[in-house]
Amino acid sequence: MLTKRLIACFDIIDGMVTKAVQFQDNILVAPAEEMAGAMYDAQIDELIFYDITASAQKRPIDIETVKKVARRVFIPFTVGGGIKTLGDMYEALKAGAEKISVDSMAVRNPGIITEGAKAFGSQCVVLSVQAKYTGLTHSGYEVYIDGARLATGMDAVEWFKRGQELGAGEICVNSIDRDGTLSGYDLKLMKLAERAVSIPVIASGGAGAPEHLSELFSETQAQAAIISSMLYSPRIERNYTVRELKAYLADKNIAVRPWKDNNSGKNPTI
Amino acid sequence: MIKIIDYKAGNAPSVLNAVNRLGYCAELARREEELHGASHIILPGVGSAGATMRSLRDMALIEALEHLVLNEKTLFLGICVGLQILLEYSEEENTRCLGWIKGRVVRFDESKVRVPQMGWNEVCLSESPINPTMRDYFYFVNSYYALPEDMCDIWGVADYGEEFAAAVRKDNIFAAQFHVEKSGEAGLNLLGRFLSC
Repeated sequence: MLTKRLIACFDIIDGMVTKAVQFQDNILVAPAEEMAGAMYDAQIDELIFYDITASAQKRPIDIETVKKVARRVFIPFTVGGGIKTLGDMYEALKAGAEKISVDSMAVRNPGIITEGAKAFGSQCVVLSVQAKYTGLTHSGYEVYIDGARLATGMDAVEWFKRGQELGAGEICVNSIDRDGTLSGYDLKLMKLAERAVSIPVIASGGAGAPEHLSELFSETQAQAAIISSMLYSPRIERNYTVRELKAYLADKNIAVRPWKDNNSGKNPTI
Repeated sequence: MIKIIDYKAGNAPSVLNAVNRLGYCAELARREEELHGASHIILPGVGSAGATMRSLRDMALIEALEHLVLNEKTLFLGICVGLQILLEYSEEENTRCLGWIKGRVVRFDESKVRVPQMGWNEVCLSESPINPTMRDYFYFVNSYYALPEDMCDIWGVADYGEEFAAAVRKDNIFAAQFHVEKSGEAGLNLLGRFLSC
């Protein structure tokens, strides 16, 4: 049975992981490959890296950091930020990333989703959407771009559907309202998303406690959850280990890849 | 020498990283002559069956691969689309494939499950020259899966809406629908078993 995924998401500035609260006040935490390695050893299911200053600085994604991460971790990872062309996608995939995340750039040039899907397969293209409840669109949720600073007037649910039609293989739904609040995922938004598309949905923004994950997975069909702050934010009172979170979810009958004691040197056999 | 086939849509560098992590050296192969002296051949896979077959044809590698794998019995590991093209035919872009293993490749039923399948699924592997019967979790990214004609060619099964062939095997040919290079320690362990063979 396919299990629910826990994803650690890192914002990177100059090769360093940072953590932002509602897209402001970045604080540096550690070098990306070190943090990625620690998360791999902790048995996280997947990683996402956003090179958050690449677009603003008009430079391509930091390929050297992608390569360093790829040599250290043997689980899938997605990279985003500064991806503008098929060539940028190709470089990031060759450097060892599995998937490319497109966000503001895809709003400005939706064709890149289709081009990427045709060249590398849909599974390589993750459409990341920053959504905020404004009540101004059909669903009430509006798409924002440029680090959640610029409202587009686009309806988020319509954009999820369009993203799938254009060829995205996965949709990462970021709730701007919940980001950094540690108050739980925006379940209403996640339900709208998973019902709008047939591709996997990743929920992002708001996780602060294990029960937020069990709520998400029992009340919606989201297949994956981003849990950055809970794992490593120095601003949060209590960090959780992947092991604790997996045990908690398994106890709630949510299918997860079980944490395993790799030091025993033995694989489980029947 | 371990050879990893490096074609445009593949993720040969990721497979190379995993092989290196296990303490082995390997070379990327893009041309027929670069396959000479192979002890193990790995065909990574990302993208579509059609694109992969076109790449192999464009690189003029098919004849050499058939000679090394089918006649010389060089150990072979196919990953993801590298498994799918071993069958005779894939529904994806109506692609005629290598046919080393009898059967075809079909799409998951979108009315039952989300397509692509993306994430960690539990695989039950049956005993083979490289492994005992074992269960573990591996990372999948696939919209299509193999339907081997001969049940004996099925090496591992997993469940996604229904049971499907997660790995196939025949003589010196091993292939996994999941990404061994991206399945954490479980994937490295299985890759290590293949490489030490």
